Amino acid sequence: MKPAPFAYHRPRTLDEAVALLASEPDAKVMAGGQSLVPLLTMRLAGPATIVDVSAVEGLDTLAVDAEGVRVGAMVRHADVLASADVRRVQPLVSAALSHVAHPTIRNRGTTVGSIVHADAAAEMPVVLAVLGGSVDVVGGSGRRTIAAADLFLGLLESSLAPDEVATSAWFPALADDAGVGFAEIARRHGDYAMVGVAAHVDATAARVGYLSVNDVPTVVDVTGVDPADAGEAALAHLAPGGDVHASAAYRAQLVRVLTARVLREAHEHRQSRQGAA
Amino acid sequence: MTTKLMGQGVQRVEDDRLLRGQGAYADDLDVGPGLLHAAVVRSPHAHARIVDIDVDAVLDVEGVHAVFTHDDLTGPMADPLPLLIPHPALTHGRTQYALAKDEVNYVGEAVAFIVATDRYVAEDAVGKVRVTYDVLPAVVGIDAARRADRLVHDDVPGNLGARLEQQTGDAPAAVAAAPHRLSLDLDIERSACMPLEGRGTVARWEPALDRLQVWTSTQSSTGVRAAVAVKLGLDLGQVDVITPDVGGGFGVKINHPWPEELLVPYAARALGRPVKFTEDRREHFISSAHERAQVQHVEVGFDDEGRLLGLDVEFWHDHGAYTPYGLIVPIITSTQLLGPYKPGAYRVVFHSLYTNTVIVTPYRGAGRPQGCYAMERTMDAIAAYLGKDRTEVRRVNLIQPDEFPYEHHLVFQDGRPLTYDSGNYPEMLDKIKALVDWDSFPARKAAAAAEGRKLGIGLACYVEGTGVGPYEGAHVHVETTGKVKVATGLTSQGQGHQTVFAQLVADELGCRFSDVEVVTGDTRRMPYAVGTFASRAAVMSGSAIHLAARRAREKALRIAADALEASEDDLQIVDGVVSVKGAPEVSLDLGTISVLSNPLRYAFDEASKRATQFQVGDPGKPPVAEDDEPGLEGRDFYSPERATFASGMHAVIVETDPDTAEIRIVQYAVVHDCGTLINPMIVEGQIHGGVAQGVGGALYERMAYDESGQLLNASFMDFLMPYVSEVPDGIDVDHLETPSPLNPLGIKGAGEAGVIPSAAVFAAAIEDAEGFPITAMPISPSELFELRLAQS
Repeated sequence: MKPAPFAYHRPRTLDEAVALLASEPDAKVMAGGQSLVPLLTMRLAGPATIVDVSAVEGLDTLAVDAEGVRVGAMVRHADVLASADVRRVQPLVSAALSHVAHPTIRNRGTTVGSIVHADAAAEMPVVLAVLGGSVDVVGGSGRRTIAAADLFLGLLESSLAPDEVATSAWFPALADDAGVGFAEIARRHGDYAMVGVAAHVDATAARVGYLSVNDVPTVVDVTGVDPADAGEAALAHLAPGGDVHASAAYRAQLVRVLTARVLREAHEHRQSRQGAA
Repeated sequence: MTTKLMGQGVQRVEDDRLLRGQGAYADDLDVGPGLLHAAVVRSPHAHARIVDIDVDAVLDVEGVHAVFTHDDLTGPMADPLPLLIPHPALTHGRTQYALAKDEVNYVGEAVAFIVATDRYVAEDAVGKVRVTYDVLPAVVGIDAARRADRLVHDDVPGNLGARLEQQTGDAPAAVAAAPHRLSLDLDIERSACMPLEGRGTVARWEPALDRLQVWTSTQSSTGVRAAVAVKLGLDLGQVDVITPDVGGGFGVKINHPWPEELLVPYAARALGRPVKFTEDRREHFISSAHERAQVQHVEVGFDDEGRLLGLDVEFWHDHGAYTPYGLIVPIITSTQLLGPYKPGAYRVVFHSLYTNTVIVTPYRGAGRPQGCYAMERTMDAIAAYLGKDRTEVRRVNLIQPDEFPYEHHLVFQDGRPLTYDSGNYPEMLDKIKALVDWDSFPARKAAAAAEGRKLGIGLACYVEGTGVGPYEGAHVHVETTGKVKVATGLTSQGQGHQTVFAQLVADELGCRFSDVEVVTGDTRRMPYAVGTFASRAAVMSGSAIHLAARRAREKALRIAADALEASEDDLQIVDGVVSVKGAPEVSLDLGTISVLSNPLRYAFDEASKRATQFQVGDPGKPPVAEDDEPGLEGRDFYSPERATFASGMHAVIVETDPDTAEIRIVQYAVVHDCGTLINPMIVEGQIHGGVAQGVGGALYERMAYDESGQLLNASFMDFLMPYVSEVPDGIDVDHLETPSPLNPLGIKGAGEAGVIPSAAVFAAAIEDAEGFPITAMPISPSELFELRLAQS
């Protein structure tokens, strides 16, 4: 469990980082390293070059205002989770983050890194997708913003170009007439979930996002469907598979159970916010 | 008189150092300049012939010092590894080579051994070895092994390594004649030890001295020493094996020698440089050992009260690709299955089968969890059939306190009669019922059901033969400083031996606990030893240390009586000082007695002047008497006639989620009898650890092999050892002490006990919650959900 040789760069500026990504073949960006380092040590990944962006200036900003939450690329999960402002402006982010692995991993792992790693079993890609957030990237051809709907292409595959680096993720604030909910079931506390569900409801729509069900984080519109039936309805858009931890039928059952639970939680959350307003 | 330490919850002396990261494990050892690091090329196939091994691409890699394949091994190193425990029934025993010769039989089998400047370079080189395989069909799982349409070893028909039958009475006839009969088919899957520290070996060859020193993470340093000497063609006296701190064993490190335990010293001698191998976690999954997998069939006949009239058991044991540890695991299953019960007649037949998977050697419990599972599932089935309380069916079958020693007329794992020495099973059953409030559970279950919740309770009982022979020894040496140096040859891997052995020495010798230092597993200090397994350390080395301390005490009293001109009977030893009872000012400390015990020509300090030739001794007699030895020492060995039998009963209450089938532990209770307790805190720690490991085995862990023999979950991401969040918040523990008559302290073993009833007790509780039979363990929420679907 020792990685194969690689060249290591730790640039100080974004320009430097982008230049390295453009010039070095087979380069990979590393932020917190919580997904990449295990892949390297098990030699499941063997990039020729690692561009460590942890020293890049300006990536460690967590900015919260009435519009939403902007998480810089080097902001650790733990810092986002600890922010009372984040919890107030977009509680779904905080609710989901408490399920991300364990404290030691949250201390190093970054929220943006988790999103662009595009693991369909991870919590934060689904949260971004359900909320209709986005990721800002910079690359050889300049800056652009990628909407969550356009970000996740396949298993561990995002739409970032090889020479692009994500600089921040944007989670819109929760509107006054909206509510959210999150739940997942994992084999052990802090494990990747067998199924996880994030929901966002408002006066006109109900959206539910699923992790560990399809190859990409998947959002299903269940507007107008009774929560008790919403999971079954969502299954028409989902293809739960089986693995060593859960059969396909069991995953489908968890979709049914968790969808109902989370939708009810989101509706109650919405009502409680309106009651408080 | 100071308080006896026997029975006191003395704080472990090991922990301060270990918890501060000051332990020194094999990988921490820097044994000299020029240390090289090894990595192993392992088979990616479960079953294949090796056509060619091309190492050319490796030889040019900078930093690579050597590559070994089987062709490079000479002498006994080129022969198969030892079959450690031969048995007449093991008619087709097979062991692997240190490096595969012609054929591989499991994913992970060692094929080539690379030595390089560091492990990074060594792993780079591993990727450059080109092995051409002719892939053969793999035999995976007991069903495939029994079908035998494919063979693991061409010369082992039916994949059958051994078939062993034992019986007492005519069980088939008793079953046939019984008023009631049941049959059960049961499955239990593989798990593994998973110590925090995997295997690791460091070796240094000293050409000037013609000597080899080996440090290895083992449960038997004397065993490794003997194997290394034989395989490398050395005299035993040329080889030292030293066990550094060991980060857990749980059985896997009692199997020896591992290929790397031979290849590391072999390479160190060949290269003239120290060499180190540290197993990584993936290697531990695919190239160490697993255990547990069995398929069982039970036929039982019983009367209206549930008394076992006849018990007829057949099981199929998956021993993996090779049989280095013989038949120990299935023999233990077949004998310890009986637990605290006395069937009218018993027959057991097992088939030990080859599969193209990692070898099976003892894992904490060592076959007992499977036996307990078969017996206790049977007890529950009888109770369900008769509509009786599960504790009452067990009660009518218990061996009674006045029936000890109880002779089962079977042969145990040590080749000796299965004879229980002592116990009190009816009282234990009363205690466990009280601890878990068994009789009020039906009301509690009904109240939960009224809220739509599912609760279930399970009970499982076991008897564990502990402290098997052949022997252990001890050496107790009182230095002239009064410090007491104790050596015993078996090894430690976290049990707290330094603490409990020091308790025993302090009590028997009369020295201060803090003056005792215990060394284990170092062949330089104690070359005669067996090892740490079968819950035997306290029984075997504890007894030996007690006896050795007694010898040191007797000598101290003899010398002191002479020096103080008092009768030995009038002397006492308290806190390291020998004094005349009632006249404490007439005294000598043990350090001074140690000085006096060793007649000196040369004084080296003030105290030692007392022992020099012009100070002491009768000029008319030899300085050391004919029947005496210099020094204040005691040395003794303990070799019991047979094992001593500990026992226990566990109960668990679980709640299963009606929607998600998640299984939550509500309460876990243990009553435990390991004879006279040396240190209740350490015993409870062993129980807690065992229960946690049992929770893993029952609810989380399994070895997920696919049909081609690839292990799909060979990492801690997918092999689910329970976290602290998955084990019970608290474990209710009650003790019972029925001393063993077989050793001077009445001790029975405690190390493995906590894990033995797990599969049985969780199956019982889940069955009670769900209302349908649970016949396969471990069980996950997904599997419980699938069972519900099949029921509906």
